[in-house]
Amino acid sequence: MSGFTPEMRARAEKICSLYPKVRSALIPLCHLAQEQAGYLREDLMIEIAELVDVTPAEVYGTASFYDMLHTEPVGKYLVGVCTNIACLMQGGEDLLEYAEEKLGVAPGGTTDDGLFTLEDMECIAHCNKAPALQVNYRFFGPVDEDGFDKMIDDLREGRLADDVPSHGTLIREERSAPIALTMDEVLKERAVSDAAIAQRKVQA
Amino acid sequence: MDETLERTVPKIVTSRIGIEGSHTLETYLATGGYTALRKALTSMTPEEIQAEVMTSNLLGRGGAGFEVGRKWSMLKSAPLRYLVVNGDESEPATFKDHMLIEGDPHQVVEGSIITAYAVGAARAFIYIRGEFALGLERMQRAVDEAYRYGALGRDIFGSGFSLDLVVHPGAGAYICGEETALIESLEGKRGYPRIKPPYFPAVIGLYGAPTIVNNVESMSNMPWIVNNGGAAFASLGVGRSTGTRIFALAGHVNRPGNYEVEMAKLTFRDLVYSPEYGGGMRYGRQVKAFIPGGVSAPWFGPEQLDLPLSQDDVAKAGSMLGSGSIVMMDDHTCMVRAAWRITKFFHRESCGQCTPCREGSGWIEKMMRRIETGAGRESDLDMLLDACDNIAPGLSWPPAQTTICVLGPSIPSSVVAGIKMFRDEFLIHIKEGGCPYGR
Repeated sequence: MSGFTPEMRARAEKICSLYPKVRSALIPLCHLAQEQAGYLREDLMIEIAELVDVTPAEVYGTASFYDMLHTEPVGKYLVGVCTNIACLMQGGEDLLEYAEEKLGVAPGGTTDDGLFTLEDMECIAHCNKAPALQVNYRFFGPVDEDGFDKMIDDLREGRLADDVPSHGTLIREERSAPIALTMDEVLKERAVSDAAIAQRKVQA
Repeated sequence: MDETLERTVPKIVTSRIGIEGSHTLETYLATGGYTALRKALTSMTPEEIQAEVMTSNLLGRGGAGFEVGRKWSMLKSAPLRYLVVNGDESEPATFKDHMLIEGDPHQVVEGSIITAYAVGAARAFIYIRGEFALGLERMQRAVDEAYRYGALGRDIFGSGFSLDLVVHPGAGAYICGEETALIESLEGKRGYPRIKPPYFPAVIGLYGAPTIVNNVESMSNMPWIVNNGGAAFASLGVGRSTGTRIFALAGHVNRPGNYEVEMAKLTFRDLVYSPEYGGGMRYGRQVKAFIPGGVSAPWFGPEQLDLPLSQDDVAKAGSMLGSGSIVMMDDHTCMVRAAWRITKFFHRESCGQCTPCREGSGWIEKMMRRIETGAGRESDLDMLLDACDNIAPGLSWPPAQTTICVLGPSIPSSVVAGIKMFRDEFLIHIKEGGCPYGR
């Protein structure tokens, strides 16, 4: 266990360069660590700390605030069933109960084969498709019992691999355009554009 | 015949929703995309854009409903200023920004660049809720396309104005929708709201610099306002509620969904029953109660269905339009369970800084659970109201505040409304030792 792979390390450094203050990269780097390992492994938290110039305890302390950042391993597929108000109105609790039965785990639990972790989620903003759920933050809904069975079978057989990557992979899009201006340059550019604006005003 | 009915109301923010490939640059350009940015950068001064937005009287679409133009005018002068776009939509039953982010990300990007130019921001950030994986991917792709098209980066459209825009993922925390918590989160910290004063973002925001935080839907209005003028926007709607707005209709209706309608012209009843919108209540049942603006808002009963969808009218009636989400509950709904579920949400999402919110939400949740599951006592009702009063003294609307942010005073909304409107139903739970609706 020795931190980011060279490829991931390169992506991490690129993310750091997006922000005027490097600590802002902390949460995006936690997502990156989860993409590599499926969860926030200790060695990765230590490397993130070094990258964003804080202590490992601060990385852990920050990560522990957020529901999506896991400091313990989770299954390949995180199944989050919404039971908040709009889904409650459409049977979200029944769906969660059914999911518990089907997977044989309570919310927070992971199946023995390590494939599925079940979660009781707060509103996922998919209320017009209630009852709704997410698998690794990809939306499904409305979901009935048959639909849930089919979804689990499809995930197990790898039929949804294109739509639902393994847990941890959040954004399958790497930023292609680099930051054009450093903050020093921004200040200089602002002076120029302010002058141009002032001139246009005079002309007007 | 009322002439307003014959006037066509434009789709200001949802015009591309439903079009194939609406999230791509190609479609965006083919449907008038980036013409407003070109116009703004090459023929308007930042002050002129600010004036148009002021004239439009656009009310912030995040939840508080503060005038966007006024917010901008309060931005403190400083060499470095930032724009942060709030796409952390997590108010339960709100799903409009989700649609705008996935369905029309370029519109958000264009609106953000216009805003950054108008307020002189050095860099712009779009903070998107972590759970919106597809939205994050599409927004990142839109930003990349905008750079390649020349709408971002150095010397945009040859205007001399340059801007970098960063898409930032959240990681799952309701409180990060609160603007100062969002800034903390963007700085790489726990999402703890800051104390105001002194931490008004317009004065001390991101990295200590003056910062404008605007909602995704607010940003999506900018291209239209620049192209058509603030006066055209203000000619829609009634009074202070100008323009159009997306209402996210959910719960027991036949056609839940996002509907962009002219502000203040329709009533809740119109929205719920019109075949064009909600299509009536599911199974033809009756309305028992509804939430007019996200779960932080006090509930309304059927007698309020004829209120117009206007910020001021709803406020006068004792609730709020909030995030624009409306949840309909029919006569088969257990109101104790509904209130309990909302309380449970606030308990889970309280950031834990302030005692009234952190402890209060827990105690209220426990009492609500015990009433719903059959172990309630009659004295619980007074105790619940007392616990709510400790969070928002006086239990009035708008609520008094004992906490750093408004999450605390949002907790009592559903509980107090529930006890006020459905006291008998609470008592039946207590007397019969459980839920009469059989759960």
